[in-house]
Amino acid sequence: MKTTNFLTTVMIASTLFFVGCGPKDAAIQSAIQAKEAADVTVAVAKGDVTLTGEVADDAAKAKAEEIAKAEKGVKAVMNNLTVKPMMPVVIAGDADLMKNVADATKDFPSVKADVKDGVVTLTGELNKASLITLMQHLSALKPKKIENKLTIK
Amino acid sequence: MALQEKYKALTDAATSAGISDLAVREQDGILYVDGTAADGATKDNLWDIYNQIDPNFASGDLVLNVNVAVDVAVTHAKVITQSSNLNIRKGPGTDQPIVGKAAHGEIITLVNRSNDLWWLVRTTDGEEGYCYAQYLEAQA
Repeated sequence: MKTTNFLTTVMIASTLFFVGCGPKDAAIQSAIQAKEAADVTVAVAKGDVTLTGEVADDAAKAKAEEIAKAEKGVKAVMNNLTVKPMMPVVIAGDADLMKNVADATKDFPSVKADVKDGVVTLTGELNKASLITLMQHLSALKPKKIENKLTIK
Repeated sequence: MALQEKYKALTDAATSAGISDLAVREQDGILYVDGTAADGATKDNLWDIYNQIDPNFASGDLVLNVNVAVDVAVTHAKVITQSSNLNIRKGPGTDQPIVGKAAHGEIITLVNRSNDLWWLVRTTDGEEGYCYAQYLEAQA
């Protein structure tokens, strides 16, 4: 009898505990989730917040943690966010670059372009309006650098 | 880090314009900004900001490679040369023989865009060959 009473008490107590805790966690979860960026997933258990997902950089990771910590009722924040690895810089080889630079500069007869070790060096002259077009064309060719020594008219 | 600071207005604009796959890296004193813009106007706006920060692109410390997204379903493109006709060539390169011309402003059919720089096209006269992609604007 005593054991039954004890079990009943435990059951009632734990039910009360979970009832008391569940909705609060859910409220905290939705409040934080609403403030976080779309790629951050928020989980809350007994006031402990866990952040998962992939973000663009360290600043975004720190910001997400700050947002979670600022929420009322949060005991601790486990920041399990990962930072998206940066795409490495791709530089075209000189052979490809030379051919593509020749194609890109064909319509700019007053411009001379030299390619060495990925660096495109521009000499000659060009009017201001055409400069953006030329730079746009050259930047798409994955050069290491564009050294613009053009005289702009 | 100093370069990221110098071009902050540009990268902020790229972020707020929703440039996809935006990547900003600094390497050997040069900042590389890559990404894909939804349309040509967004790309041109970034170039205007670049030109304001670094007049006439004289510093050589940024490579801005933002392409314009082209929907796979797109089948036509407009010739956007300054005023002249656009050469259509037998193969992808200016060393290739010219097999036809497309007029400035003409809408031509896109056959294949597997080469980023040279698109395979067909004119209304049925001439088929490669055009320099920078002079073509995909038609939605």
